[in-house]
Amino acid sequence: MPPEPLPSLETAEGFAAHRAWEAELASDGWSAVNWPRRYGGRECGLVRWLLFEEEYYTADAPGRVGQNGVSLLAPTLFAHGTEEQRARVLPAMARGETVWAQAWSEPEAGSDLASLRARAVRVPGGWRLSGQKTWSSRAAFADRAFGLFRSDPEAAKPHQGLTYVMFDLRAKGVTVRPIGRLDGKPAFAELFLDEVFVPDEDVIGEPGQGWRIAMATAADERGLTLRSPGRFLASAERLHALWRARGAPQRARAQVADALIGARAYQLATYATASRFLGGERVGAEASLNKVFWSEYDIALHETALDLLGEEGEFAEEEWSQRYVFALAGPIYAGTNEIQRDIIAEHLLGLPRGRR
Amino acid sequence: MLAAAGTPAAVRDWSRGERAAGRALWSRIAEAGVFALAVPEAYEGLGPRPVELAVAFVELGRYAVPGPLVETVAAAAALSAPGPAAGRFLPGLASGESMATLAREGGYALDGDAATARLVLAADGLRLAPGHGPVRASLDPARRLTRLHPGGELLDPDPAADRALLWARLATAAQALGVGLALLDRTVGYVKQRVQFGVPIGSFQAVKHRLADAKIALEFARPLVLGAAVTMTPADVAAAKVSACEAAYTTARTALQLHGAIGYTAEYDLSLWLTKARALRTAWGDPDACRTEVLRDRA
Repeated sequence: MPPEPLPSLETAEGFAAHRAWEAELASDGWSAVNWPRRYGGRECGLVRWLLFEEEYYTADAPGRVGQNGVSLLAPTLFAHGTEEQRARVLPAMARGETVWAQAWSEPEAGSDLASLRARAVRVPGGWRLSGQKTWSSRAAFADRAFGLFRSDPEAAKPHQGLTYVMFDLRAKGVTVRPIGRLDGKPAFAELFLDEVFVPDEDVIGEPGQGWRIAMATAADERGLTLRSPGRFLASAERLHALWRARGAPQRARAQVADALIGARAYQLATYATASRFLGGERVGAEASLNKVFWSEYDIALHETALDLLGEEGEFAEEEWSQRYVFALAGPIYAGTNEIQRDIIAEHLLGLPRGRR
Repeated sequence: MLAAAGTPAAVRDWSRGERAAGRALWSRIAEAGVFALAVPEAYEGLGPRPVELAVAFVELGRYAVPGPLVETVAAAAALSAPGPAAGRFLPGLASGESMATLAREGGYALDGDAATARLVLAADGLRLAPGHGPVRASLDPARRLTRLHPGGELLDPDPAADRALLWARLATAAQALGVGLALLDRTVGYVKQRVQFGVPIGSFQAVKHRLADAKIALEFARPLVLGAAVTMTPADVAAAKVSACEAAYTTARTALQLHGAIGYTAEYDLSLWLTKARALRTAWGDPDACRTEVLRDRA
């Protein structure tokens, strides 16, 4: 643990501090414990990895600036990348030297990735990217980004003809414009791409297959990897402590109990998912159950905290207020909860596709 | 076994005090070893095995089986300390030959008229009630409630009352989860075939999202129920009871809304699960009592 809490990783100052923390973790293989040792991991199996995550967040250790890379790009590279790509990208990611931003959303395409319009045009030795990406988390301070680009505008269906590429945020033709967020943090950005050259070695998987590759990444994002149960157990304990400190008022009793119950449910559900993984099963649409659950849970928990704080809950610098505003984004990112409910209904309950 | 048993007809008979079908079902459940899971091996049981019992009670809920299922398990737990009472009652409970009900003093007992052993957790110990009062119908037709007469034989001055409550709560939580799963299954089936405006109503996003929320609630209650059966701590069991009962109740509301008027029709079988979801929410510790237990453990 750092001797002092680090400044928020959504600020320039905090970003630098978190890079240093990431490097310290990586020096002994702790920044990506489940990776092979040759890329900077400890080769932990699923159970030890989950235990590490639980302990990490229970200790209230710093949030991870490398998260987009470690939990979204890295699994994609393990599944679809080349050995050359893994060897080049992963060790620097583990050490926080290269911090990755996700460049999926576009102004006219949020959860509907099939309507992406930013283009990749074939040129000798690679591709040229043009168009606009937006709401890219941490892109204001990150080094590189990964995203989907339309490489075949003539493809028969809108989700075909997309290519998954990695690109440099400081490359010629890239303009990064920070966007202020609801929580006052400047780390969000929109990206304007004007004929940005990307070599073939930075294309992941087959050109035109980006959708299929991205869907696998999206399931990872919603499923096990993004939200460790340790976070919610720690949050629920903090809420319980706050409630006690405020004299255990009757009016919040049920909500505090439900926060404790919800954290336990999430923990046990994660163990159950892990058991299924170990049994050789893959988790697909079930990840959508998780995503809706933790995002709604997170907001309810923080609303209860603000209710307990009363007037103090209004102050923007109050830690609970900051965590509350951050939680508000949960039902929106990683595929809106409306999209997740459609996935649950269609893929897990077998209901027919129809009107949106 | 339960799928073939036609439990809705058995429930409707049971609600009129006609118990032949219910008793036949009870014997088959006992032969499968369900009650034996709550009875120690020393008394001709297979237990105590709370995990297996929870799995079995999910199925009893799924098929809306009538009778004092939870109460028989709770009675077995209350009688589990070695002694003459254990030897006298437990083998019969394990085999299904007898059917118990159990109430806290002054409370209502489920199926006091049907049970062959009527037990009361009184201030001075576990008593065998000398009789019961008039039978009152529950809003769940499978449940018939009575007050047991005070007094009667003192079976054990120091019964395992906490243990009885723990097992009763676990079994109720599992049963409620099964009720919720049945309601979800039936409703999903219904909205796929019910056509309005020229399409199945299951293709409407408003319908899908309510069912998705029910699915989420049930899928996060399930690990709490099974996890509680592993640890058997009062806080875990109470958390499972709140979560499973709230999930089942939310699902019941969704099921009724999405079925519309047919769901409100008593002769339509859905009603048997709808009303049970409400009744189980209150039985053996309502949500408030269970939340208190969750917080008490951390005081």
